[in-house]
Amino acid sequence: MTATSQPTSLSTPRIGGGSRSPQFERTGFSTVALFLLPAVLLLLVFLVGPVLFTIRLSLDRGLGGNLTRFVGFDNYVNLFGDSTFIQAIVNNVLWLVFYTGFVLGLGLIVAVIAMRVRYEAIIKGIVFLPMAIAATALAVIWDFVYANDPGIGLLNALIAVFHGPAVSWLGDPGIVNAALIAVGIWGSTGFATVILSAALKSIPTEILEAARIDGANEFQIFRRIILPMVSLPMSVLAVTLTVNVIKLFDIPYVMTGGGPGTASRVIAFQMYVQGFQSGQYGQAAAVAIVMLLIMTPIMAFNIRRFRSSAVV
Amino acid sequence: MRPSGAVATSAARPATGTISTRILRGLNRTPVHIALAIVALVWLAPTIGLLVTSFRPRSDIQATGWWATITTLRFTLVNYQDVFAAQGMGRAFLNSVIISVPSTLLPLAICSFAAYGFSWLRFRFRDTLFLIVVALMMVPVQLGFIPLLQLFKPFHLTQGYGAIWLAHTAFALPFGIFLLRNFFITLPKDLIEAARIDGSSEFGIFRNIVVPLSVPAIAAYGIFQFLWVWNDLLMSLIFVGNNENYPMTIQLNNLLGQYGTEWHLLAAGAFILMFAPLAVFVSLQRYFVQGLLAGSVK
Repeated sequence: MTATSQPTSLSTPRIGGGSRSPQFERTGFSTVALFLLPAVLLLLVFLVGPVLFTIRLSLDRGLGGNLTRFVGFDNYVNLFGDSTFIQAIVNNVLWLVFYTGFVLGLGLIVAVIAMRVRYEAIIKGIVFLPMAIAATALAVIWDFVYANDPGIGLLNALIAVFHGPAVSWLGDPGIVNAALIAVGIWGSTGFATVILSAALKSIPTEILEAARIDGANEFQIFRRIILPMVSLPMSVLAVTLTVNVIKLFDIPYVMTGGGPGTASRVIAFQMYVQGFQSGQYGQAAAVAIVMLLIMTPIMAFNIRRFRSSAVV
Repeated sequence: MRPSGAVATSAARPATGTISTRILRGLNRTPVHIALAIVALVWLAPTIGLLVTSFRPRSDIQATGWWATITTLRFTLVNYQDVFAAQGMGRAFLNSVIISVPSTLLPLAICSFAAYGFSWLRFRFRDTLFLIVVALMMVPVQLGFIPLLQLFKPFHLTQGYGAIWLAHTAFALPFGIFLLRNFFITLPKDLIEAARIDGSSEFGIFRNIVVPLSVPAIAAYGIFQFLWVWNDLLMSLIFVGNNENYPMTIQLNNLLGQYGTEWHLLAAGAFILMFAPLAVFVSLQRYFVQGLLAGSVK
């Protein structure tokens, strides 16, 4: 499907396995240094070092971003006693359930339906397009749709047609998360559609024909053939979408600033506020470490999947 | 009523499977078309609404919704002029280019070099080192914010573009090395061995064999990285300290804060921001989709 989809099983020296051919010969040090030194130096100075510092900082008062006084796990204790942080986590869970669920569901539905028509590529292009756009621009597009003034906002204009009262989509704490999640779903569905559509195309036509000849109806074909065949790409997508949720920042930041009040804050937003608006760097470092801890098992799964199947 | 296409019949190959398709039970396609029309409407209407708005005179925007344009048909470029010149979006566009180009080319070069090292050079602890690099993919950018700011402070790097270039480059490396190495390693081993026997240097092999054969992978990664940087808001908020250097994402967000109801400015601003991704999408769609799919593990 893609440029990098060559099978890596046969010619690939696997990690740990090594490429120990008989004529195994070490490359000279200067050559190795030429190729690897820039990357290794940058990684050490700008990634490994900072990670270690952030771990240490999360155990410190961290005034001004410096190590000022060791406080043990106080930052973590404070964090989980802080109702806004708990709220941020709850919001991330809401995103996880509804964003991931709807993106997968809608993505599959659009992929299955679009296959039946000749303008499939156009539909997929339309749904995929938001993937290209900056979340900041997505936010402006949807701020516009959600505008309170029925002369501006599409949704309130539609409600006005039926003489309903205008809804404050982004100003009502009870609605705001659903409104933001809808923007996320709109932005990511095309991604799921494209991946699932490729998976559907790999289902051999003979299987479907055989099922039809045996008298299976469309629903049975969907349940018994299509669904099992896309379950692997679905799980891969679910992991990717979960990572998106953990890193989520732009949409709430631009559209609501985490508000009204703190109603739509998420973890990454909380880290930003704590560190760069309130100056509580120790606390912010603790939030970052929590993010790392959540991310680690997911990415480990992802990397193993990538290595074993080379899906992309 | 036309016969239903088999589920697996690709739209690109309408002729294949026609016999089997015909014998398959037909399904009325009308509901399918209706469903897809709704899908297209939901995914197009918000963007088209903003696009239309960006060309409407301010007075019209205040008076009627964008859907009323059908009856008025008055368009103007004033909004773009205004937001580009007076609202600093022109300057921000330039900043986005200045930030994105090195933040794409640097990782591309460094990752290609390192990926070659990890796939075709032989040295002790190679695979262990690679595993460590891959493990660094798990690190969210948030872990770099505070220490990197402290690190950049004495050199005043956040006052220029240095801080954002370095931050984007460093955080791009693990994934870029991982992706390119996985591609490089699929190249035929005999080719590289033969070049070695012919006396080619490792750099010669890299430049004359590996890079030319890997153009699709490198292009896909380059496009992914470019869009990642171009569309980034968070890293710029942290690492661009001088408001003269703000990229478009920050500038647009500032406009939203200042002129939350001045839709003529916001709409035009949003489309200026979207310009580069849309251009890439239209011109390099194949690499573009590959890049985004490849980036899905990042």
